[in-house]
Amino acid sequence: MPDLAIIIPSVLNGLTTGALYALVALGLTLIYGVLHIINFAHGALLMLGLYAVYYLNTRFGLDPYVCLLIVPPAMFALGYALQRGIIGRAGHGRDENILLVTLGLSIVIENLALFFFKSDTRIIDTPYSFEVVQIIGAFVPEPKVFAFIGAFVTAGLLWALMSFTDLGRAIRALAKERKGATLVGINADHVYAMSFGLGIACLGVAACLLLPSYYVSPQVGQGFVLIAFTIVVLGGMGSFVGALIGGLFIGVVEALSGLFLGESLGQIGIFAIFIVVLIFRPTGLLGHKV
Amino acid sequence: MSDTLLEISGLRGGYGAVEVLRGVDLDIASGEIVALLGSNGVGKTTLSSILTGLVSCWGGAIRFKGREIQKLSPRAIIDMGLIHVPEGRHIFPNLSVRENLELGSYRRGRANRAKNMEHVVSVFPRLSERFDQKAGTLSGGEQQMLAIGRGMMAEPELLILDEPSIGLSPLLVEEMFELITTLNGEGLTILLVEQNVLQSMEIANRAFVMENGAITLSGTSAELMDDPELQRSYLGLV
Repeated sequence: MPDLAIIIPSVLNGLTTGALYALVALGLTLIYGVLHIINFAHGALLMLGLYAVYYLNTRFGLDPYVCLLIVPPAMFALGYALQRGIIGRAGHGRDENILLVTLGLSIVIENLALFFFKSDTRIIDTPYSFEVVQIIGAFVPEPKVFAFIGAFVTAGLLWALMSFTDLGRAIRALAKERKGATLVGINADHVYAMSFGLGIACLGVAACLLLPSYYVSPQVGQGFVLIAFTIVVLGGMGSFVGALIGGLFIGVVEALSGLFLGESLGQIGIFAIFIVVLIFRPTGLLGHKV
Repeated sequence: MSDTLLEISGLRGGYGAVEVLRGVDLDIASGEIVALLGSNGVGKTTLSSILTGLVSCWGGAIRFKGREIQKLSPRAIIDMGLIHVPEGRHIFPNLSVRENLELGSYRRGRANRAKNMEHVVSVFPRLSERFDQKAGTLSGGEQQMLAIGRGMMAEPELLILDEPSIGLSPLLVEEMFELITTLNGEGLTILLVEQNVLQSMEIANRAFVMENGAITLSGTSAELMDDPELQRSYLGLV
């Protein structure tokens, strides 16, 4: 049994990674909760966000955290345009069509990325990439601490938007009652696209927070999106708090099973827990009964 | 007749290839309660859905406040003050009562949101006891009050109430019709779409009876009460 000096850093590492998983899952669960579609293009769009941060940093010398002012709004606009221009239009209101459209989008985006950016794995260099912070005796890389804080701030902002603004109320109203929403004058196409845009903006934030301690390649999104799907199902489809808790939980499980089973088997723990949870709580940890 | 608020002439419409409305003529003057009566499936709900732009109109004209609205979007129609409280309520079950009312003024009446909410609560005091409760947990009668309250938040000039008595106990139906009279007393013009013929005629100034997608009878409530045709088909008299 490894002692606390090894377990604590591992848990902290898992929590910081988990916060970013949560952010990716938050976007996914928002889109699922409102549009009732599974966005298969989520990973590919995260990858685009990471490249945006990468090029803003290497070409224009912008700090990844300064990119928070540029990349999330740009990703929001991209998400809005994708939903309004392609996904909503090509879907014709049928879930299976929408599923295939987002899957197709992800294939197109990833292959365009391969063509333009090549398959090289790239990293950026920041002055704080190797700085560490000491937390209860463990050393945690600075970018991971920022990522943890940033993910929670973003989740908080999203929660406030959903709770206290007319847009948030309209998004929640539309998720359950489309006819009622139309009758109070909510433009469903617009609000659907806003929801999709917000979900994709979360990926923009995740990209800015992630790159200082991670890498980018055309396939980088795939690993994230599989874990994000797991988190969304685990937390309860469409549940915000579920996605947050699920993200942190999965991050810690991954880190601890990596510690005990070896790095290459780390993800086994995630899916083992996933299966166990679904056996006992088919609607996820915080999901509502259908 | 005093000034006409809504005038429908030769209205046709339906779903897919099925024509439901085959030329409907109807008019409502400011300040009236007009009842649109008829049994299930004659096209009453289709008519109110076309009025608010939910279902597209195939032919004929709808004039509201003197302007043709049959080609307008639901949003543009709401902006003009024609508000539809649908059959089946369609409130937002996952939102609180307060949020449901707030969304009632999503487009129209936003500036007076707080004032209008006070007014709604004064008309439906029961809603204030449930203010922070999820609307899906309300009883059927409370949900109907919420649906009407949500409609009132948009400062309607014409309020379409589609089957407000459906699924309510006789006592609650009585209460609901009294409330509708109260709202009308405050100056609100109401189109009451109902199957409940007798009670609707008691509170309505005039009524239109619909059969098979067209108006077959119309007149003041008093005239219609004496109409042998209506007595035979709807009131089970004679």
